[in-house]
Amino acid sequence: MSGMNLTLKVWRQKGPADEGRMVTYHVEDVSPDMSFLEMLDVLNERLILEGDDPVAFDHDCREGICGMCGMVINGVAHGEQRATTTCQLHMRHFKDGDTITIEPWRAAPFPVVKDLVVDRSAFDRIIQAGGFISVPAGSAPDAHTIPVKKADADAAFDAATCIGCGACVAACPNGSASLFTAAKITHLGLLPQGQPERDSRAKAMVEQMDAEGFGGCTNTGECTAVCPKGIPLETIARMNRDYLRAK
Amino acid sequence: MTATIDRGSATAPVLPPRSGGSQQKQNAGPARERRGFLGTSTGKKAVMAVTGAVMVLFLILHVVGNLKVFSGAESFNEYAHWLRHVGEPAVPGRTVLTLIEVVLLVSVVLHMWAAISLTRRARKARPVKYAARRKSQASGYATHTMRYGGVVIVLFLIWHLLDLTFATVNPAGAAGLPYDRMVQGFAPERWPVTLFYTLALVMVGLHLRHGLWSAFQTLGLASGKAYRPLKLAAAGLSAVLVLAFLSVPFAILIGVVK
Amino acid sequence: MNYTVGEPIRDTKAPDGPIEERWSKRRFAAKLVNPANKRKLHVIVVGTGLAGGSAAATLGELGYNVTSFCYQDSPRRAHSIAAQGGINAAKNYRGDGDSIYRLFYDTVKGGDFRARESNVYRLAEVSVNIIDQAVAQGVPFAREYGGLLDTRSFGGAQVSRTFYARGQTGQQLLLGAYQALERQVAAGTVKMHTRHEMLDLIVSDGRARGVVVRDLITGEIETHLADAVVLATGGYGNVFYLSTNAKGCNTTAIWRAHRRGAYFGNPCYTQIHPTCIPVSGDYQSKLTLMSESLRNDGRVWVPLRKGDDRAPGDIPEDERDYYLERIYPAFGNLVPRDIASRAAKNVCDEGRGVGPGGLGVYLDFADAITRLGRDAVEKKYGNLFEMYERITGENPYEVPMRIYPAVHYTMGGLWVDYDLQSTIPGLFVIGEANFSDHGANRLGASALMQGLADGYFVLPTTIGDYLAGGPFGEVDQDAVDEAVGQVRGKIDRLLSVNGDRTADSYHRELGRVMWDYCGMERTDESLRKALERISELRAEFWQNVKVPGDGEGLNQALERAGRIADFFDLAELMCIDALHRTESCGGHFRAESQDADGEALRDDENFAYVAAWEYRPEGGPVLHKEELKYEYVKMTQRSYK
Ligand SMILES: Cc1cc2nc3c(=O)[nH]c(=O)nc-3n(C[C@H](O)[C@H](O)[C@H](O)COP(=O)(O)OP(=O)(O)OC[C@H]3O[C@@H](n4cnc5c(N)ncnc54)[C@H](O)[C@@H]3O)c2cc1C
Ligand code: HEM
Ligand code: HEM
Ligand code: SF4
Ligand code: F3S
Ligand code: FES
Repeated sequence: MSGMNLTLKVWRQKGPADEGRMVTYHVEDVSPDMSFLEMLDVLNERLILEGDDPVAFDHDCREGICGMCGMVINGVAHGEQRATTTCQLHMRHFKDGDTITIEPWRAAPFPVVKDLVVDRSAFDRIIQAGGFISVPAGSAPDAHTIPVKKADADAAFDAATCIGCGACVAACPNGSASLFTAAKITHLGLLPQGQPERDSRAKAMVEQMDAEGFGGCTNTGECTAVCPKGIPLETIARMNRDYLRAK
Repeated sequence: MTATIDRGSATAPVLPPRSGGSQQKQNAGPARERRGFLGTSTGKKAVMAVTGAVMVLFLILHVVGNLKVFSGAESFNEYAHWLRHVGEPAVPGRTVLTLIEVVLLVSVVLHMWAAISLTRRARKARPVKYAARRKSQASGYATHTMRYGGVVIVLFLIWHLLDLTFATVNPAGAAGLPYDRMVQGFAPERWPVTLFYTLALVMVGLHLRHGLWSAFQTLGLASGKAYRPLKLAAAGLSAVLVLAFLSVPFAILIGVVK
Repeated sequence: MNYTVGEPIRDTKAPDGPIEERWSKRRFAAKLVNPANKRKLHVIVVGTGLAGGSAAATLGELGYNVTSFCYQDSPRRAHSIAAQGGINAAKNYRGDGDSIYRLFYDTVKGGDFRARESNVYRLAEVSVNIIDQAVAQGVPFAREYGGLLDTRSFGGAQVSRTFYARGQTGQQLLLGAYQALERQVAAGTVKMHTRHEMLDLIVSDGRARGVVVRDLITGEIETHLADAVVLATGGYGNVFYLSTNAKGCNTTAIWRAHRRGAYFGNPCYTQIHPTCIPVSGDYQSKLTLMSESLRNDGRVWVPLRKGDDRAPGDIPEDERDYYLERIYPAFGNLVPRDIASRAAKNVCDEGRGVGPGGLGVYLDFADAITRLGRDAVEKKYGNLFEMYERITGENPYEVPMRIYPAVHYTMGGLWVDYDLQSTIPGLFVIGEANFSDHGANRLGASALMQGLADGYFVLPTTIGDYLAGGPFGEVDQDAVDEAVGQVRGKIDRLLSVNGDRTADSYHRELGRVMWDYCGMERTDESLRKALERISELRAEFWQNVKVPGDGEGLNQALERAGRIADFFDLAELMCIDALHRTESCGGHFRAESQDADGEALRDDENFAYVAAWEYRPEGGPVLHKEELKYEYVKMTQRSYK
């Protein structure tokens, strides 16, 4: 099989406190059927054998659902292919001779751990602040006690599909976590079960988002554009509404 | 597939962000601060939206007033006079105008304060730029002009007030009637002034094109199907405002109004 | 074959009496912990999937002092997130004749009579509460226009008992558990350690008292002590290298516990899912599952003639072999997973497979499109078609899909009693990590049910009973040092070989051996060959692997190498188990044991038992048999003709 020859410019950074830089690699004979991460796997196998440090990157499910993977490819979070996580991106979207720049998510609340790996624990803490419905196991009423309008259930589901990847933050010129936070506020706020804590949830999650050092939203819309799950901008309006209401 | 490395072709080093975040132990993130409304980014945005809306209302009134130029010097001067004396004698002269001025001043100050504070927060949140040129994935260049657009508008306002309100830089001087100040201010030989106004108004237009629908979003009034009509209306209203404003200086420039 | 037979297991601690009353009986008999003492009782939960996440959240809520670990950067990323199809529950919301008893019956039968009746009954009983719990947490299940929950029939079940949230049921259920867990983290009852990998179990005075973990970011080796340890570390399908599991899924946690004395139950029971996207090249890193629902409308076929390499569209109707419809006229394309998988393998072995390497069969929607129209097909399967196209670059509306079976789920795991306690007191095992309630074959939509049943409802009761029997005294420092020493020793050894092959390349080769010789079809000969190859490969691995870098700081290659080292040992046990079980049952197909039609033939006379293997450093493992008794469901031979 005659594959593509590509030039990769990859961000290399040894540890959180180290300086980083872009390093250039050449990869040859890349099959168009490979996934982007498989291409990096092959590069890494090679680096190991040559006695170099392989490029560290996060990944797990490799099917677009766990939210672990994520890199900025040619300036775009998860690459230019829409509604796609990095692990779902395939090499057939590149051409022989292309140069591909690969960088980690950039945002102060997402410090680089190593190479392309960043620390996204800030997201967990935003959920801790209120991204839940308090219900101890065993205390729930029968599931059919409260009917939920199908439209609400569907809209809640749409928001609930967020995989917590952080691409929205990486793409936002303000480093804002609004889309992620709003997705959870919308999911829970649309359901009858989520009503009792709706106000306190919005308030607490917004405050935590700020405390983590994320920027504010100026409705730029870059986040939705790169979001692999297409979480809509509307969720941010809802977050704002709930927050203002909670005051 | 094979892979090789160009050792040595590394580009210039980029320092990691200085924020202490990187040293944090996992889970031990910053504690939530119970800040007041104005302390949160969402609160600040709401302030911007409300003050922005106030300013937009003013601009609409303002442009309607300006258009009176076309009904002649009399009408325009009367309007200017009326502005200063409306409500008399129930309230002392200039009460309403002063009220407007105070509201506007507070709005501008709050709006700018929120803008600056949010901009600084954004800079801190995104200290490192991407090496690859960022391609905007969302359409709308207007969005990216908000901050420097705002600065241009402030500079314009300063000039504008000196020019037409205090008339310190106006050829007709403080003593001149409003109509004369206007006509002389935009006299053909003062074309650079007109050019500056034009530029400023384009900035205002862009600012509002994004700002108008953005304010709805910020206040949580936008939703799914409303985006398209909202954005269209925002674009329409900003275009109308800009053209209406510009019609006056250009009318003077080409001599339709003298 | 190198193993010995030891004492059978006589008591599984299941109460006796009528099956419907056993769980209530057990619950009532369980000792309670004084609420004031709970805070002082420390429980470690390893894993944050459906099982571990729900367990840690519930134990935290009850007031225990919980420490939880996962290797990902957030508990929300546990592999449960990937489950698509749905979750079963005997709610009978449809009034279509479902009941706890029927779910119990179907599960026992589906498991090909190799599961424990008491456990399965409890699972069916608790299934009802899971749905209530999930809905109250805000899990956005699919609903009907009337506002009530929608269900569908799944995996050949004749009642509609599968609750689902589009194709992301696992994700939504996991997020529910994750949110409950984070709530406890905020409340201070759970301490969460992400990016920490458990590398050994600390057993002191015969009881599980802690774990040795590596902080994957700093490389630090830490010890955490507790009154009880819960393992919820998921399945080990990655022993095959290519599987539908996430890349990080591993056996390390349970394997280390096994080495410390926990018996391993039924290691050879693996489920192979028939509808996965086939391998496209040797760089392939994982396989993607396509929902089974595709078989509702797609027709499976291969060319009639060997080596027919014409494009599918050029092959006329009478030169195609719709082999499932041909062999199983009653069930057609809807035969159970194991049967569909094996049939695909058979036609490919005959040289009639399609696509690269001849490892694929067509799943054709042309008829469905003509019958229902493209729009209807798109509405039903649009997402799946898109996913397929994204991966293969082919448009399934125009060209038939290519599918091939792939390893999907492991029914085996650490042996546990009715209380979910392993043979090491104080070590509880839940979710896919235990040998589970599924017998030799898992029905679709049952793993989510089991994980959540274990975590929300079963474990919190039974672990309390154990903890009430404490306190268990000081942990022996020597035991701690020994475990840490083991962990350090293994890491140092891996780093010092410095050979000339990567760990991944060994993993790929091991996977190949397992797939070829211990995969869909196993024979005495193939398994012996596998055992030979595994021991050669393992020896070579320890002499020639190259692991870059050092143990300090993030070193993903080191993490992988450590997991692969354990896979070698597990693979060996799987083959021994498969070799000793000369019958065919469920997902375990021994070619020597089939009926005249080529179907799996059970040998209830000799194999109606759980094989629980005890680790021995020398002389091979020891087999302990737990006899299976069927008091409620009559043993019958499965037939899908
Ligand atoms: C693609 C796919 C689709 C599926 N669809 C369905 C379905 O529709 N219905 C159904 O019922 N079942 C389905 N299953 C099966 C089901 O998803 C799993 O069996 C189940 O989710 C397992 O849950 P768990 O909690 O036991 O483990 P996991 O969810 O695998 O969690 C394991 C946890 O353990 C942690 N861990 C592992 N090893 C270590 C270690 N050494 N140290 C520290 N932490 C560790 C991980 O970080 C993780 O948090 C599917 C499976 C797959 C692969
Ligand atoms: C004084 C100088 C000004 C500065 C520095 C400034 C800056 C900004 C900035 C940074 C934003 C946020 C942009 C965003 O939402 O993306 C904004 C929003 C806005 N501005 Fe201004 N602006 C100024 C003047 C004005 C004026 C004069 C008006 C009205 C005529 C105005 C109306 C608005 C409106 C309506 C918004 C939308 C608020 C929102 O998004 O919620 N601004 N401005
Ligand atoms: C071509 C466009 C414009 C013309 C011809 C114009 C004209 C004038 C005139 C004649 C006055 C003096 C009114 C008076 O004192 O009686 C005035 C005041 C003012 N204008 Fe404009 N203006 C224009 C655009 C703008 C714009 C774009 C803004 C805001 C962004 C603006 C803001 C103001 C303000 C704040 C005042 C002071 C009002 C007061 O004193 O209360 N103007 N303008
Ligand atoms: S909102 Fe979208 S981009 Fe952001 S974390 Fe969720 S899935 Fe990722
Ligand atoms: S890109 Fe950023 S500015 Fe808001 S709309 Fe999205 S968070
Ligand atoms: S690896 Fe899970 S989303 Fe990409």
